[in-house]
Amino acid sequence: MKAKHQRLTLAIIAIVAVIGAGFLALYGLRDNAALFRTPTDIATESVPAGQAFRLGGMVAEGSIEELADGISIRFIVQDAESEISVFYSGITPDLFQENSGVVAEGALDADGVFIAETILAKHDENYMPPELADVDMGAEMGGSTSQ
Amino acid sequence: MIAETGLVALWLAAALCGLQLIFGVMALRSDDSGVATALRPVAVVQGILTAIAFAMLIWLFLRTDLSVELVAANSHSAKPWLYKFAGTWGNHEGSMLLWVAILAASGALVAVFERRLNEKTLIATLAAQAAIGLGFYAFLLFASNPFARLSPAAAEGRGLNPLLQDPGLAFHPPTLYFGYVGISVAFSFAVGALITRDVGPVFARAMRPWILASWIFLTLGIAAGSYWAYYELGWGGWWFWDPVENASLMPWLAATALLHSVTVLATRDALRAWTIMLAVVAFSMSMLGTFLVRSGVLTSVHAFAVDPRRGTFILGLLILYIGGALALYALRVGTVREGSQFEFMSREGALVINNILLSAILGIVLIGTLYPLGVEAVTGEQLSVGPPYFNATAGPLALLLVAAMAVGPLLRWRRDEWRNVMGRISLPVLISSLALFALVMFTSPIGILPMLGLVLAAGVAAASLAPLWKRNLRRTPLFTYGMVLAHLGIAVSMAGMAFESAFSEEVLVAVRPGDTEQVGPYTVTFESTRPVAGPNWTAVEATLSVRRGEGEAFTLSPQARMFSSPQTETSEAAIQTAWNGQLYTVLGNGDGSGRWQLRFWWKPFVTLIWLGGVLIAFGGLLSLVGRVRRERKTMEREAWA
Repeated sequence: MKAKHQRLTLAIIAIVAVIGAGFLALYGLRDNAALFRTPTDIATESVPAGQAFRLGGMVAEGSIEELADGISIRFIVQDAESEISVFYSGITPDLFQENSGVVAEGALDADGVFIAETILAKHDENYMPPELADVDMGAEMGGSTSQ
Repeated sequence: MIAETGLVALWLAAALCGLQLIFGVMALRSDDSGVATALRPVAVVQGILTAIAFAMLIWLFLRTDLSVELVAANSHSAKPWLYKFAGTWGNHEGSMLLWVAILAASGALVAVFERRLNEKTLIATLAAQAAIGLGFYAFLLFASNPFARLSPAAAEGRGLNPLLQDPGLAFHPPTLYFGYVGISVAFSFAVGALITRDVGPVFARAMRPWILASWIFLTLGIAAGSYWAYYELGWGGWWFWDPVENASLMPWLAATALLHSVTVLATRDALRAWTIMLAVVAFSMSMLGTFLVRSGVLTSVHAFAVDPRRGTFILGLLILYIGGALALYALRVGTVREGSQFEFMSREGALVINNILLSAILGIVLIGTLYPLGVEAVTGEQLSVGPPYFNATAGPLALLLVAAMAVGPLLRWRRDEWRNVMGRISLPVLISSLALFALVMFTSPIGILPMLGLVLAAGVAAASLAPLWKRNLRRTPLFTYGMVLAHLGIAVSMAGMAFESAFSEEVLVAVRPGDTEQVGPYTVTFESTRPVAGPNWTAVEATLSVRRGEGEAFTLSPQARMFSSPQTETSEAAIQTAWNGQLYTVLGNGDGSGRWQLRFWWKPFVTLIWLGGVLIAFGGLLSLVGRVRRERKTMEREAWA
């Protein structure tokens, strides 16, 4: 094999590998990227049950209901136009409260209830998940917004 | 006066940095050796001046000088001294000053210690280092001045984010920065070699210790960050595929590839152009990491201040340096001669596979990390890419890579025979098969990735020791031990990851005092809660009485802490480490009637993850020492001859 050929072969292998990785990545992204949705998005588009996404909105006033097992809660997330019922089992982040923004990861069940796997932690009173900055909450947000 | 001294030192260092660039260019253009000899002292003095500036900032933080804006915004007089000290870099400006101080220090180290390299290439390297430095001095002085005064002085500081008030802050950022910035040295070497068209084994041997050193720090920094997130966040996870984590993983992947390709270049004078390319890519990844973490495009505990101007500035630097390096590469790569030939079935061939797989994983992580930013910029749609994507795409490739890692060190350079190779890997394959058999027979069904991970880890552990087989152990060079240890570390770490994901147990309950729960091998009884107070926080602390089987009972005390400045709550997990895993306990909320939420995990062999990381880094250190020693000897021999 001549010198030129080995360099060429290696270059071609490298390019094929990189393109292959790119295709693998795009294929993976098609199935696994989680969209951010508001209650209005869910009301207007038909979201299949079981598809993972992030839900963002405001925890409706008076909606947090603690269930008998002591670790599960139900609450309502709302924006200006719609609302959706959310179920969560676990320790809620420190600044999870009514009239305050929330981002939850999970999926809808067959009855259209959002089953949250995680509720994103707020690190301090000034922090708001960045996605929420653009959501129209309809009312004045409780707590302060970012910055 | 302290702040002013720091600022003056910083300006002087910036001026010297400019001088270093000018001298470097002059020395390259003419053969005037006078300018060239001035280059080394300039680099050294520049390093000392930034060290002084950084020391001044530390001093300001230790004194809690509230007439300095940065201190007032990020510190507090009631903070323990360790966090006053480490808090110096727990903010945007301070961390950028640390970045620059390390950059200048590594430039000074190159100037002092680098003796092997061709003089012209060294000059070009120092000039490239100065060009990088100038951009960051400008960033500090014009957009992130850490010494700005506040008038009138604040009455009290605003405090440090409580999540950062942890001994981890003293260790994780500096190590990671040494790694990030150390890669800039490799990059400068590559630029230097491109300028002087001097890519070959001598250059590779000169560059290798710098790559090794920064790779060791990166490894330690990532392992430390992982463990810190694990115990501090209270989520029981050790890796979240968070963009900020990926920002540290990507330079590590590139540096790992570079470390292996530079070995091929040093030993066999092959993969010349590719090695230079990898050095450019590795530095690009560390710049990209700095941009992602520090610009505020991502919201996380790492993004201190969201100031669009700063983001734009770093992005500008990123484009300038990477674009410049790529342009230089495109212009010069044609003049880099083809390296030596090799057969596919050889050590070189295995290292090429290593490089290709590492690059593919790097590409996948890069795409997954940037995709949400790209989509939002184009369509405005917001989405997130998390573990499902990364595990499904990078996971299988990582397993392939580890399998290749088992075989590679057993191959000879130049060419090898299939038959001999089969003989050498038969024992590891046998051990893997036994592990597979044991897993299928004796455990409940587990996921395919953890299963393959455990099977491979067993074989790889055996294969990584195989290079020592039938060798005179006392005459085996130190860097061979280094490789063996680092590869063993990969197996150990992978075993920990697989055990953790396959066999973890989790219990989430709401309990009253006296209630008992079973998790893994432990019986946990919730005794009581009580209020406790620290220097700048108050907390509710639970008392858990824990027994393992019939063993002695001991107490674990997880806390829910409330910090006063800034007002924040954090949960402090209580962790019990045993030889075969960790019991991880978290206190949640109380319902007011005496019932408290508790979360327990039993994580078998989870500690192996970080132990493996330490082994990898230690292996790197042995290699570094071994290589440097051998270089010394060669130089002495040459001096005699």
